[in-house]
Order: sequence, then C-alpha cells, then structure tokens
Amino acid sequence: MKTSAIATWTRRRWLKAAAVAAAPALGLGVYHAAAAPREVVISMTVKRFEFSKKVIVVKKGVPVVIEITSLDVPHGFSVPDFHARAEVVMPGIVTKVRFTPDKTGEFQFLCDIFCGDKHDEVEGKLIVTA
Amino acid sequence: MNFSTIDRRKFLKLAGVGGAVFASGLPGWAEAQGAPGAADFLFVQLSDIHWGFQGPPNPDAGGTLQKAIAAVNELSPQPDFVIFTGDLTHTTDDPQERRRRMTQFKEIASAIKVKDVRFIPGEHDASLDRGKAYSEFFGQTHYTFDHQGMHFIVLDNVSDPAAALGEEQLAWFKTELDRLDRDTRIVVFTHRPLFDLMPQWDWATRDGAKAVELLMPFPNVTVFYGHIHQENHHATGHIQHHAAKSLIFPLPAPGSQPKRTPLAWNPEQPYSGLGFRQVAAKPAAYQFDLTELPVVKKA
Repeated sequence: MKTSAIATWTRRRWLKAAAVAAAPALGLGVYHAAAAPREVVISMTVKRFEFSKKVIVVKKGVPVVIEITSLDVPHGFSVPDFHARAEVVMPGIVTKVRFTPDKTGEFQFLCDIFCGDKHDEVEGKLIVTA
Repeated sequence: MNFSTIDRRKFLKLAGVGGAVFASGLPGWAEAQGAPGAADFLFVQLSDIHWGFQGPPNPDAGGTLQKAIAAVNELSPQPDFVIFTGDLTHTTDDPQERRRRMTQFKEIASAIKVKDVRFIPGEHDASLDRGKAYSEFFGQTHYTFDHQGMHFIVLDNVSDPAAALGEEQLAWFKTELDRLDRDTRIVVFTHRPLFDLMPQWDWATRDGAKAVELLMPFPNVTVFYGHIHQENHHATGHIQHHAAKSLIFPLPAPGSQPKRTPLAWNPEQPYSGLGFRQVAAKPAAYQFDLTELPVVKKA
C-alpha cells in the first residue's frame, strides 16, 4: 500500500507546522520553541589576596559569564561544583569563564593558582537562586 | 573513575602505643607472585613542616620539627629511609628569605640519624619560583628510586602554580611506567592528592586523573601524599591514597566547615592533630602497615 506523504509526518512536525501557521494570529513575528535566557555578565577583579566580589548571586538556568582580571600576579578562578575554571587569570587581560548553573544553593569559587602566603583566603561564595 | 572512601572504622586503634595502625595493600595477591630477595622494611613519612611559619595555630612553630625528629631518632628499629612529602618551608615572596628558610630546614633535618633522607616539594616551597630555590637545595623535583624490590616514584604537582603535573612530566611518568613489569610493586610520593579530594579547597591536582589512569594497569600501587594536614585514606579503584598529618597545624576534615582555616592550638593538648607516619612495608605481600605517631608522647 502506498503511504501518503501526510501520513509519514511525525506528530512533532505537525505541531511545529501548526505553531508556525498560528504565529501571525497570535502576534508572534517568528516561531521559537522557547527564547534562550540572556547571558548575565559579571565583571570582577582579583589581587593578592582577595576577589573584588566576595558574593555572586545568579539564577539557576541563566547562563553566566565571569569577566575577571588580575590586578597583580597570575591567579586562578574556579567554581568546582559547575566545572567552570579559567586556565589562568593574567594581569591586565580580561579572562572569561562561562557556565550555566543547573542547581540552586551556595557554592565556593576560589583562586586555584598558588599566589602566596594567603592564597587559601582568595575565595568567595556563589549563590544560585531558583 | 569510581572513587570510594575507606571507612574510618576500619582503623585499628592501638591503645597505649600512641598511634593508629592501618593495613594497606593487596595481601594474598602479590604474595603469590613473590618478590625474591625483598626484605620487609620501615620508612617514615614527615609532611607539611612549613618552616618559617609564625602564628597562633602553632605557638611552637620553631620547635615542632626538632621534636618530631627526636621522636624519629628514638624509633626502634630505625627506618630504612625518611621522606618529607612537601611544604618543607612556609612560602615567602622574598627569594633570599626562602633560601634562608631552606638552609635552616636542611640543617635541622640533618639531625635525623637515618642517612637516607629524601624530599619532595610542596606548593609553599616551589610554586612562586617554579621550583628554582627548591632544586638548588634538594635537587630534582620528580625522580625515582628503588628499595627492597619496590619502585618508588616521586611526582611534582606543585612547581606549576596551577597544581598540575604538566605534559612534560606526564610523558616522563609514562616512559617510566612503560619500562616496568605489570607486577612491579609501585609506591608514589606526591604532595597534593592526585584525585579530586576537595577541589573547592584546592585539594586536588589539575591533571592528576591522567597520572592515576597511567597507574591503573599496575595492580600494586600505593600513593602517599601530604598537603591536607591530616590523615586521610582513599581509594581510586584498586589504588590506595594515604595523606599524612602535618607538623605545623591540622586542617579541618574535607567539607566539615565553611573555610579551610587551621584548627586552633589546644593548650590542654599541645601538638594534638600533628604527627608523622611510620610505614612497615612488606614487599613480598605488597602490604603496608601504617602507624600514625605523635610529635610528643603523652605524659
């Protein structure tokens, strides 16, 4: 038996086609399944022996880009719970670390490049809200 | 990779001895393989001395190392060798002061009666100058040696301030391992943990998993390390990892408090939380009996 072209369409394709067709009537210019949340940019600096921001508050599911510069020696920036890490944060260069928090809670970020006597104190708290 | 933590209840506490004994290895498996001519022996691991540190966490920072060395010298029988697993000195920005601390440390360590004394660097010794001063005083930062049929490999995960072994050292490590028989009894000494013990506290090695992966084909591997200022026992597959106590101040158990700040000195129990380790190695059985010893004996 010959199968019609319409019959071979999957349910997903039907729904997508229907959404596109209905878009003008709903006042939508284009069809999107869901708009991606905009990236949140957080700028900060690090020096011996502190980050300029001790606490960073972000939202779960919203992409984050940390733009960080060292004011003195090479440092690190790492958020181990989100596997987000800079190779190195060099003086005078903006290093970008991107990640999307996928769980809520309080997490530690730290310098993971040994920078001197009080290296252990170069850390901060990342708070991820719902 | 499947990491598992060894249950602390498995420790056998020995009342009156002043230490705890921990048996590590694969008894039975290696015994069948045999290790002709290899006699049992002792070695001692001292770690995280931080010579030059001053502060409330240790009011006797200038005397604790000497007391530990006196305790080592009293051991009977004496160990075949002593190894310091890093952070011999406390870091300083001043290259001359760094060398002064290394000079003093070396002079004090020379009081150890055992002639075979070995060193590896910690980040406080080597990270700020990529091991330059350390190498001047103590030689190579990664090397191998053999003793009683066992092959010892020292890895340097601190001269790179990013806490990495690096591709060059990993290539050297692979070459070293490639020339070994699979049943070689291997002991690795390093400063930082080779696994992710607590990366939130910088208790990890960036590329440590690569080293562990290279070791996995060898059934007889044990790692001794320092850095975390406390006794800790962990397994990555069949490989046991044993962290030693410090000789300057203890640090909190991983994740037990918000910050990795030193535990306070207890005047009622001075030197508590500090100590060193005696290891009874049994090459034929590939077994290690670990005894944790205090800096000073209880009155």
